[in-house]
Amino acid sequence: MESGNLFLKLLSDLAPEGAPGWVLALMACGVGVSILIGFVSLLAMAATWAERKVAGHIQCRFGPMYVGGWHGWAQPIADGVKLLMKEDMIPLGADRMLFVLAPAIVLGSIFGALVAMPLAPDVYFANLDLGIFLVLALSSMTTIGVVMAGWASNSKWSLYGAMREAAQVVAYEIPLGISLLVPLIVAGTFNLLEASEAQSGLWGMEWFIFWNPFMIPAAVIFGIAALAETKRAPFDLPEAESELVSGFLTEYSGIRWSFFFMEEYAAMFLMSLIGAVFFFGGFESPITHLAKYIGGEHSILHNLGGHVTLMSKAAFGVFLMMWLRWTLPRVRIDQVMTMGYKYLTPLALVCVLGACLWEALKAAF
Amino acid sequence: MENTSRPFYAALVVLALVLLGWGMQAAHAEGLAFGLFAFLTIGGGLVCIWERSVVRSAFSLLATFSGVAGFYVLLGADFIAVAQILIYVGGILALLLFGVMLTPPDMNERKLTRVLSGLGIVGAGTFWVAMKVGGSANWVVDPNLAEIASRPKQIGVGFLAMNLPDGEPGYVVAFELAAILLTVALVASVYIARRKKSDLEEPALEGGNA
Repeated sequence: MESGNLFLKLLSDLAPEGAPGWVLALMACGVGVSILIGFVSLLAMAATWAERKVAGHIQCRFGPMYVGGWHGWAQPIADGVKLLMKEDMIPLGADRMLFVLAPAIVLGSIFGALVAMPLAPDVYFANLDLGIFLVLALSSMTTIGVVMAGWASNSKWSLYGAMREAAQVVAYEIPLGISLLVPLIVAGTFNLLEASEAQSGLWGMEWFIFWNPFMIPAAVIFGIAALAETKRAPFDLPEAESELVSGFLTEYSGIRWSFFFMEEYAAMFLMSLIGAVFFFGGFESPITHLAKYIGGEHSILHNLGGHVTLMSKAAFGVFLMMWLRWTLPRVRIDQVMTMGYKYLTPLALVCVLGACLWEALKAAF
Repeated sequence: MENTSRPFYAALVVLALVLLGWGMQAAHAEGLAFGLFAFLTIGGGLVCIWERSVVRSAFSLLATFSGVAGFYVLLGADFIAVAQILIYVGGILALLLFGVMLTPPDMNERKLTRVLSGLGIVGAGTFWVAMKVGGSANWVVDPNLAEIASRPKQIGVGFLAMNLPDGEPGYVVAFELAAILLTVALVASVYIARRKKSDLEEPALEGGNA
């Protein structure tokens, strides 16, 4: 089977005979967006259940056990129904237009970033030369939505949360981007698929993290900055339920509230995915290598192996974020700022310089 | 939403439909995209000058910046489009909001008549210039245009190589000068914001006993 975008190929088979290109493009948009919405909703459902189970087991309890039978698997469905039935409240003093618009902007920008997400070596929405650059740009747009939510709520807790979010995200975008430069120097591309392809040597174990000694600190910095970017504990200062009630979410309820949580879980998944692609081999693992060996390159088996590998890596990243959330106490806002500006940013710059030197010397000798 | 702005937003929706329909009729999907981005750019700007609350004006710039980024995508300059979002939406707008959010929501900051007359003058001026230029300019359309150098690799080579692949001199000097300028700006801002010795001394307390 030849390589190429299976998603577009399937669509062009489904399209009516002789349809012009722009009809196909609109169809691809519609189907792609529906798939993304379904994906994010299911992801949020699975992640809320997993979060409760992880939290439960870390705190020596079981978490949800009753709804649906086996380990409370239907709990997220019950939660979803509850959220849909809840009264949709907009405070009297709120700026109605911005209040309604904020969840849409937050969710819309994360959908935009997910477009660059590869699902399998030949299944993706868009194979972009600018992959990682686009993801970083669009995921920084969620800040505007959160700030909008905080301001529109017209409550002091919300405004405090929004200000913290803005300060925190602006501070941590810098180390996040710079730490990603270290694998990007080696990869020589912004494209997520090409970066994954570059790590396929050594039976699929030639991951970027093993390429030079500056990768490991860069990966740690990326992890910390990703936690701060997705406002997960210990960096959940914009919500900080014990100080700010719920921060920017205080005045939101029902389905609008759940939009913010869908965004949070999608952002967690996206950050884990980026980490997996640029540090931990992307699609590549011995399993993918074996599948490629048996089925041939770009076969269904190869795609399946790549998909399972990448998704399990990303899922492990999400699990790690949950683990950290229920283990570490929240840091103070001045500690957040100090860590971002005084430690992580210079350290990331040192990593980039070191990686440049290492690769130059490796090329010279 | 105050009652006075209802007709304005209705007009905005009409504008959106007109632009989308016009684009669709002119060039199908590309035209539709052009209409959408044109609406985002113009509509964002209109909301920005119409709204009396400064914060809403600032948020409306989100639409304008995104629309301009969309135009870059349509022109094939993907890199600049993403840079536009990263810098203007992620950086500049966030900073702008940070400042603007600290102002109280005063609904009577701007007089509507002044906004409208300003809009009229600026719009008429722009229209006049556009008509003059559009009528007299001799647009040269080269059918053998070179492929747009918008791939990140080409941009990186252009910025950092002394000589481009085709022998032309690269832009490394300009790039480095820009980097030095930014560093100077950063150092200067730290210098201005730093604590002076006089700030560190305890201010003399009024009224005697401390």
